[in-house]
Amino acid sequence: MNKKKRRLLIRSIILILLISAVVYTLYANFTKDERGQIQAGDKAPDFVLTDMEGKKHKLSEYEGQGVFLNFWGTWCKPCEKEMPYMNNQYKQFKDQGVQVLAVNVSESEFLVNRFVSKHNLEFPIVIDKNGEVLNAYGVDPLPTTFLINPDGEVVKVITGTMTEEDIKEHMESITP
Amino acid sequence: MKEIKCECGHVNPIGTVLCESCGRALTSKAQEEKLHDMRYEGSARRSQTYNKSIIDKVWNFFSSVKVGVWLIVITLIASAVGTILPQEQYIPSALPPEQYYEEVYGFFGKLYYTLGFHDLYSSWWYLLLIASIGISLVICSLDRVIPLHRALKTQRVSRHESFLKRQRVYGVTETTNIDDNLDTIKKKLRAKKYKIREEDGNILAEKNRFSRWGPYVNHVGLIIFLIGGMLRFVPGMYIDETVWIREGEKKAVPGTKDEYYIENKNFTLENYDAEDKEVFQQTIKNAGTIAKNYQSDVVLYKESGNTLPGENAELKMEKEDSIKVNHPLKFENFAVYQTSYKLDEFKSMSFTFDNKESEKTFGEFTVDLFDPKHKYDFGDGYSVELMGYYPNFTGFDEKGEPVSDKPIPDNPAFLFKMFSPEKPEGEISFVGIRKNLEPLGENEYKLSFAGVETRDVSALTVHKDLTLWIIALGGAIFMIGVVQGAYWHHRRIWFRRSGAGSLIAAGHTNKGWFGLKNELKGILEGTDIEMPEDQQEKEEVRRNKDDSDIDG
Repeated sequence: MNKKKRRLLIRSIILILLISAVVYTLYANFTKDERGQIQAGDKAPDFVLTDMEGKKHKLSEYEGQGVFLNFWGTWCKPCEKEMPYMNNQYKQFKDQGVQVLAVNVSESEFLVNRFVSKHNLEFPIVIDKNGEVLNAYGVDPLPTTFLINPDGEVVKVITGTMTEEDIKEHMESITP
Repeated sequence: MKEIKCECGHVNPIGTVLCESCGRALTSKAQEEKLHDMRYEGSARRSQTYNKSIIDKVWNFFSSVKVGVWLIVITLIASAVGTILPQEQYIPSALPPEQYYEEVYGFFGKLYYTLGFHDLYSSWWYLLLIASIGISLVICSLDRVIPLHRALKTQRVSRHESFLKRQRVYGVTETTNIDDNLDTIKKKLRAKKYKIREEDGNILAEKNRFSRWGPYVNHVGLIIFLIGGMLRFVPGMYIDETVWIREGEKKAVPGTKDEYYIENKNFTLENYDAEDKEVFQQTIKNAGTIAKNYQSDVVLYKESGNTLPGENAELKMEKEDSIKVNHPLKFENFAVYQTSYKLDEFKSMSFTFDNKESEKTFGEFTVDLFDPKHKYDFGDGYSVELMGYYPNFTGFDEKGEPVSDKPIPDNPAFLFKMFSPEKPEGEISFVGIRKNLEPLGENEYKLSFAGVETRDVSALTVHKDLTLWIIALGGAIFMIGVVQGAYWHHRRIWFRRSGAGSLIAAGHTNKGWFGLKNELKGILEGTDIEMPEDQQEKEEVRRNKDDSDIDG
């Protein structure tokens, strides 16, 4: 190889190495807020939580069905607003293979029970006592909803309140 | 694109100023110089002629020291501007930053926020500046250290007379007895730890060449330092997170994937008081309360076996410790520090069930604020039903319903229904802190506040930094480079026979000319060789004299 070509090659390699290090750093810096958060396309982390009737719900057992996974708290007004909509759509979609799981964020059973009876909620409500599931999904802020397809993959993450029309569309998107 | 062939026959890379081998000036500019610029030995430090491809253009841009200096200056100015307003992490969290800066500092604040000065170390252009400095360091160093190394390796003993003449320390002595003189000189040079090379009866004495690599070793250290900083962005290398744990609570340690749990047994805040040594008393009088100790007594647990989130994990106790300032809990690569605390958070509240008129008590009960019960029964037809619980009561909404804005019981309020034989259908009472309402009319019974149980909350910071040793290594190499370049001087002394009966003596050092001249004086003592002159000093003296002549 002649000298000129070799120099070009060496210079190119050094520059590529340096620039890729810079690009990686910038990329990592931009995405650091999302690190630890489950994104669309990720596999939904499995968990086991118990609902108000004492029934255990393991996410992986719902494989083959779409799962509408909602995180909420009783004090959170936007969460409260979308609950009746979710309840209505749950009635429509539960026979079509879409499961709704509403994960309460470490509150007392008393508060959750009161909330459930106030809104006549029919779908299973589970309490994440130690916030472990919340951490596993990196949920912030409330409400956050994960749409999980029948293969157990997160299709979409929705933060903030939804209209009934939104909920209907989202449930349609994960119907098996 | 031809290499430069010197008269001496050596082939130099393009851009060379002084022949690597014999030292002849290769450019007309160098030929006209009174003294040669010896910083890079006149080597080809940048092939500006190769400016064809984009790679070469980028390379040459970063190869310029001028560009490097500007990058550093701009970064310095940006860093300084970043200190004018507080950084994002230090502003009160009541307002989101995009509003805070504008509201508090006006237009300047808005600009500050828009340009990313509020979070300087994470703004893309600042990172890009630091990265450019890194690139500039690598390329500048490579473009200089390689030709310099080459030039020093290929230098010949017999340098051309024109080269020696343009050295700062230079002199010619006429003497008949060159050989004897050189023998004495050689002996003395060896005593001074010079390495001596000979060629055709000429001498090159050299020592401490490694001092020339000091700046480059220093740059390698800096680059390792920057790599260490960069690795903090790699997941798992660096964790700095805070977790709040109430007394009696157990929480997963962030960053350990729920493998470790910490239980907060007890938090203690001690202040200096009257029982402490007298020396403290004056200060206590002046400053009021002074904290003596912040301490969290904790237990560390490790999960045995793999459990899913939400599943009850089997925890094995690993260790018990008291976290204090400067005494973190350490395990694996983690250190857990005491960061903050909250004293006396409500845990439970007790009430008595009294008849208003007779003031007789029919029962006492305690409401656990983190797990309230639905019903409290006292027998004989007396009971209380909890109808509503508002952990942080903030007021009533438009429908008249009580509202709580967070799950933490900072201002708990309750809606009770009281049952008694006289009132079997129940009476409604709304109880909160300094509040006892009867929203549905006068009651016969009341609930009286009977006590409260509180507990403290500790904020612990979980810290893990696997990049620290890399940063320390970079710093150490940086310092080695500084010492290497600063405390040793690269000195060279040439002796060259010129014609019959005359000997040229010349010297060069990268710094510390006084030391070189002093050493040379000692070496030439007792020989016929005259001490060479410092041509630069002579020039300065001459110029000063001219100036004073004009003034006179």
